[in-house]
Amino acid sequence: MDTKKDILYKLKQDILLWQGFKHQSSGQADCIGLGEMENLFPGGVFPKRAIHEFINIQPEHLAASYGFIAGLLSLLMENGAACVWVSTSRHLFPASLSLFNVEAERIIFMDVQREKDVLWITEEALKCEGLVAVVSELNDVSLVESRRLQLAVETSGVTGFILRKDGNKKASTVATARWKVSPLPSVNEEGLPGVGFPRWQVELLKIRNGNPGSFILEWAGEKFKEAKKINNHEIWSDLGGRQIG
Amino acid sequence: MQKRFISIWFQHLLADWQLIRRPELAEIPFVYATPSHGQILITAANRLAISFGIEIGMRAADAKAICPGLEVLDDKPGRPKNLLKGLGEWCVRYSPTVSIDEFGLDGLLLDVSGCAHLWGGEREYLKEIVRRFKSKGYNVRLAIADTPGAAWAVSRFGKVTPLIPSGEHVDALLSLSPEALRLEETVLAKLRKLGFYQIKSFIGMPRSVLRRRFGENFLLRLAQAIGTETEVLVPLKIPVVFSERLACLEPIKTKTGIEIAIQKMLENLCKRMQLEGMGLRTGILTGHRIDGKTIQVSIGTSSASHSITHLFKLFQLKIDQIRPTLGIELFVLDAPNVEDVRIPQGEMWCPRPGLNDNTVIRFLDRVAGKVGAQAIHRFIPASRYWPECSLEKTASLTEKASAPWRTDKPRPTELLKFPAPIEVMALIPDHPPKFFIYKGVRHLVSKADGPERIEREWWLDHGEHRDYYQVEDEDGSRYWLFRSGHYGGEQRHKWFMHGFFA
Repeated sequence: MDTKKDILYKLKQDILLWQGFKHQSSGQADCIGLGEMENLFPGGVFPKRAIHEFINIQPEHLAASYGFIAGLLSLLMENGAACVWVSTSRHLFPASLSLFNVEAERIIFMDVQREKDVLWITEEALKCEGLVAVVSELNDVSLVESRRLQLAVETSGVTGFILRKDGNKKASTVATARWKVSPLPSVNEEGLPGVGFPRWQVELLKIRNGNPGSFILEWAGEKFKEAKKINNHEIWSDLGGRQIG
Repeated sequence: MQKRFISIWFQHLLADWQLIRRPELAEIPFVYATPSHGQILITAANRLAISFGIEIGMRAADAKAICPGLEVLDDKPGRPKNLLKGLGEWCVRYSPTVSIDEFGLDGLLLDVSGCAHLWGGEREYLKEIVRRFKSKGYNVRLAIADTPGAAWAVSRFGKVTPLIPSGEHVDALLSLSPEALRLEETVLAKLRKLGFYQIKSFIGMPRSVLRRRFGENFLLRLAQAIGTETEVLVPLKIPVVFSERLACLEPIKTKTGIEIAIQKMLENLCKRMQLEGMGLRTGILTGHRIDGKTIQVSIGTSSASHSITHLFKLFQLKIDQIRPTLGIELFVLDAPNVEDVRIPQGEMWCPRPGLNDNTVIRFLDRVAGKVGAQAIHRFIPASRYWPECSLEKTASLTEKASAPWRTDKPRPTELLKFPAPIEVMALIPDHPPKFFIYKGVRHLVSKADGPERIEREWWLDHGEHRDYYQVEDEDGSRYWLFRSGHYGGEQRHKWFMHGFFA
């Protein structure tokens, strides 16, 4: 029986590798700094060759997503690599990125007029191996378009972040991971006045070959810090308002 | 090789041009006139009008008195130059270097070194040009000589032969009047007054004497005619060094056909550029259609490149803009802007991706070709405090920031383009607000930081300073609010929302 189990395990790992997921044993260097949360990912490693989708409805959520993505970019762009940020209506204030250890001058911004151009640039950028990440503010992605983006990512290895404003059409894409970041009240150290470190409820709504989950994270100056574990895995499902345990 | 120049003089440029357009004027004396200083002066006249004694510069009223039935046409400034430009472009068939005679604006100067033998000698060459112009309807006088100045002089004032053999142009000049040297009217008047009616009477004089009497420009013109000073002709069309032509047996109509044409031309062009270590920065593809029209598409690269695949990809984005209609019979690919190619040093260790990575630059070229280069930019920190001005847009990939990014003050991740007015309740002046209403929603403030006062750049714009507060409401959303100016003015909306923190 053991041999059969081993074979199955081996096969699973191989499939993951082919799909672009790396195995944990390939090195600690692939740690993205999300702490415990990384156990949710397939093989325990943040999938870099993948499309990550962020659902934002309110501007407050968008700001939180910007912050969370900036935190991820700080590790992705560590080796001096460049990033592309495509949008039709960009609200990001690049001066804030330095607070997340991101050198904003290494981000190439492309502000275009039409949604169609955003999609075209996103696909071309995801095919470009010299880049490390592509952030794209797209309202509306169809299944076919998201499949094309995913195929581009699988060959080049660029990480794609897609910020979507419309939450209703969320079920129709093939993104590897779908996130929702919402702001939470910050917590100060005992007795200190003012606003503390930015704190978010980071929900991993969907992850291919992994386990969805929800964590409270804080950007503690220069890295992510897990605030506290939530035990009840109350997850916002893809299918309407249905709750799954 | 001995340089040879042709000067073409159009004796009645405007009149001939008008006769070609309106042949019925052939039997009527007519002049061109333009208002100047409150009177109407004649600028050009046809042969018939001149035979009546009408001169250029005469008043139109006087001319009408001399010559009954004179037709006066309106002249437009700049018309001779436009005409000469068109004629000059046609003359490229005789020589690659054609320039407009800027002195009189009534002729062309051609550098014909090494061209004449193609027409069977200089005599045949001159005959051919005169014949072609005559058949079109232009009366021209030509001369060929070793210097542009001598050719100019002989074409206008020569009486013996238009063909001045090599090395004999000085002799040809000797018997001509000083006007042949392209001099100003004041100098000519002085020469006449002194009794110099022929060039030979002063050509042998010491330079210092001539300079003192007639100025530096006189010596320059003399030297240009003799050939001791070279005269640079500015060609109408500056020849492009890197250019490819592809003529097609059958007119090309399909996308595949155009692609093959581009591919073929790029192969030749890139091979030539590679040999010289050059790369393309701008490329223009011109298609000559069979209906006589031309179509053009252009590409640009952000760094010089002679890679066929890359340039082909850039052109591929533009093919949709080409309208072949009935077909394209000739393709011309020009590279007007080329630069030295920077050959990157092979990396020994693992390559560090970055902004100047080759694949990134190619990606940017493609984007610039598709949506335009103005869409692409980076931001570098500016050393200014006002939030809207704290960034500097740059289009270049290499520009470095003069100052590092500031990390000492909190800045929101999302900044509104224009601050939005909000309603606020604050307990004490200069305290952060207790609650605020933004877009009809009431937010209770639970935590707050501030104020951070940011003054306006008073030397640039006038207005109130801003006191910024970072506040957090009960739901945990963080906002950047500011109060404009000091507390307690008459204005109602003094508080504004300016951004959202992560």
